[in-house]
Amino acid sequence: MVGSLKQARIAFVEAPIGRLVNLLVILAVLYVIFILAMKVVGQGPSYFLQILTFGVANGAIYALVALGYTMVYGIIELINFAHGDLFTLGGFISVFLLPIFGLDASKAGTAGIILPLLAVFIVTMLICGAINVSIERVAYRPLRRAPRLAPLITAVGMSFVLEGVMFLWKGPFNVPYPNLLPTTGFVIGGATIGVKDIFVIVVAGILMVVLALFVSRSRLGKAMRATAQDQDATELMGIDINRTIAATFFIGAVLAGAGGTIFGLYYNTMVFDLGFSAGLFAFTAAVFGGIGNIQGAALGGLLIGLITALWDGYMESTWTQVIIFAILILVLVFRPTGLLGMRVPEK
Amino acid sequence: MGLLDVAGINVFYGRVQALRGVSLSINPGEIVALIGSNGAGKTTTLRTISGLNHATTGRVVFDGRDITAVPAHDVVRAGIGHAPEGRRLFPRMIVFDNLMMGTYARKDRAGIPADVARVYDLFPRLKERTKQLAGTLSGGEQQMLAIGRALMARPKLLMLDEPSLGLAPILCETIFRVLTEINAQGTPILLVEQNASKALDIAHRAYVLETGSIVQTGTGKELLSSPDVQRAYLGM
Ligand SMILES: Nc1ncnc2c1ncn2[C@@H]1O[C@H](COP(=O)(O)OP(=O)(O)OP(=O)(O)O)[C@@H](O)[C@H]1O
Ligand SMILES: [Mg+2]
Repeated sequence: MVGSLKQARIAFVEAPIGRLVNLLVILAVLYVIFILAMKVVGQGPSYFLQILTFGVANGAIYALVALGYTMVYGIIELINFAHGDLFTLGGFISVFLLPIFGLDASKAGTAGIILPLLAVFIVTMLICGAINVSIERVAYRPLRRAPRLAPLITAVGMSFVLEGVMFLWKGPFNVPYPNLLPTTGFVIGGATIGVKDIFVIVVAGILMVVLALFVSRSRLGKAMRATAQDQDATELMGIDINRTIAATFFIGAVLAGAGGTIFGLYYNTMVFDLGFSAGLFAFTAAVFGGIGNIQGAALGGLLIGLITALWDGYMESTWTQVIIFAILILVLVFRPTGLLGMRVPEK
Repeated sequence: MGLLDVAGINVFYGRVQALRGVSLSINPGEIVALIGSNGAGKTTTLRTISGLNHATTGRVVFDGRDITAVPAHDVVRAGIGHAPEGRRLFPRMIVFDNLMMGTYARKDRAGIPADVARVYDLFPRLKERTKQLAGTLSGGEQQMLAIGRALMARPKLLMLDEPSLGLAPILCETIFRVLTEINAQGTPILLVEQNASKALDIAHRAYVLETGSIVQTGTGKELLSSPDVQRAYLGM
């Protein structure tokens, strides 16, 4: 996908009309940034700080989901459209687990929730991982050597299946998620930074750092990088690529499951098709940062979170989705390798 | 019983039959060449031994163990190193990391530094380029790295698929010299080559493959002087 786009892009950008379009796009982006900046200045710093906090918290959730897209794409070049639904499923599974671990709104904000909540996180993450590994085994692995479009369409189908299951399970309406975290916060510069915000940022941050270290240091991480570059050669090194790919799906789903749980705890509501829009946002984040690049996904998530929050906070929130998809298109056309995407010799 | 015994393997790609009852064997210490024209099935033979492809009938026995149905990642552990057609390096890893990938399945981690030194000794060029991305190496350097990477697993049998392809004559010489050196240090080699005269020159024994069947076998010298081989593969 990126390859053929690159051809189109080169032909496009180098034509004289392409230069004019380039200029217009740059002017339009600058204009939008200017308008936004005027509004930011107009509204004063404490509101800005509030929006930033919200943006970083949101961005942390997008980043967690974006990581799964980017890891799976990085290893088998599949855009796993069902990934956003695993995020939702994580939220649904955890809301089901909460009472089993004795958690309900009456315990909100007490220190007693810490251990059971940790257990809910771990069990949810493991279940999501197991489900994603099964999906890969049943739906994607048989198509490993099929034309690219086949697994892609299957992924879209898998997304419908998951949303269908969640629809049957919880119905079409918003599912309330108990408010367990303290609703207190700190006032800094006129803005309130909630314990919830800090919770989201810290938990997502820890997960991402652990992942980055794991992938850069572990044997599995090495196997993942090798598989991404040449599957046959990787087998010849003594690495089971099926296991490596399954592990990648597992890790991606573990992060999505954590993301869904964090989302529930933060927003206190879920809905069966949340993964559709959240997934598209996270996917945009992954492309923005450079699909296949782990740091890129984290950065892209953060930026998409911030842009969403800024737009919601200062402009018409009905237009936010349009802006996000405009970014997706601009990145794909003008810089398909994303912000941190690598430019590499492919001999 | 040799170190490797391939007995009557039939291999298909879909409905196309690539190998028809191929049998060959390799004894300890030998260099065995497998020659044949394009599409004869040389690469398929190596891939089937490696477990990247599988035979529908026939058997592959290595070191006393039936590996016919064993997946590639376990065949390496059994002791077969394979430098595949087209080199197949990890282009976004540096030279040193490519060598380290070769050690992935090894149990004796302690012996690794000595083997790195050995590979750098065989190919001083690689030592100079140890931090360079494999994808940016020249063709000859890539071939050296592909051989070096296969050696890093300390294989009991080394299989090479056209190591001299696309190399300048002088580099060809180097590669063939190093192959005899590796063999002299105790590693048997199964060598697939288009450069038949060079391959037969260093090989103890050789097989000729034509459209999926072995049509001739003998010592390297015998085949070099065989009229059929001379006409078909040596351009005489
Ligand atoms: N992946 C594949 N799918 C279908 N047919 C294949 C495939 N790989 C090889 N073949 C066919 O199998 C036959 C043997 O191919 P193979 O690559 O083993 O030949 P080779 O002797 O290595 O040739 P070369 O010297 O050109 O490398 C050829 O007819 C080829 O077209
Ligand atoms: Mg070949």
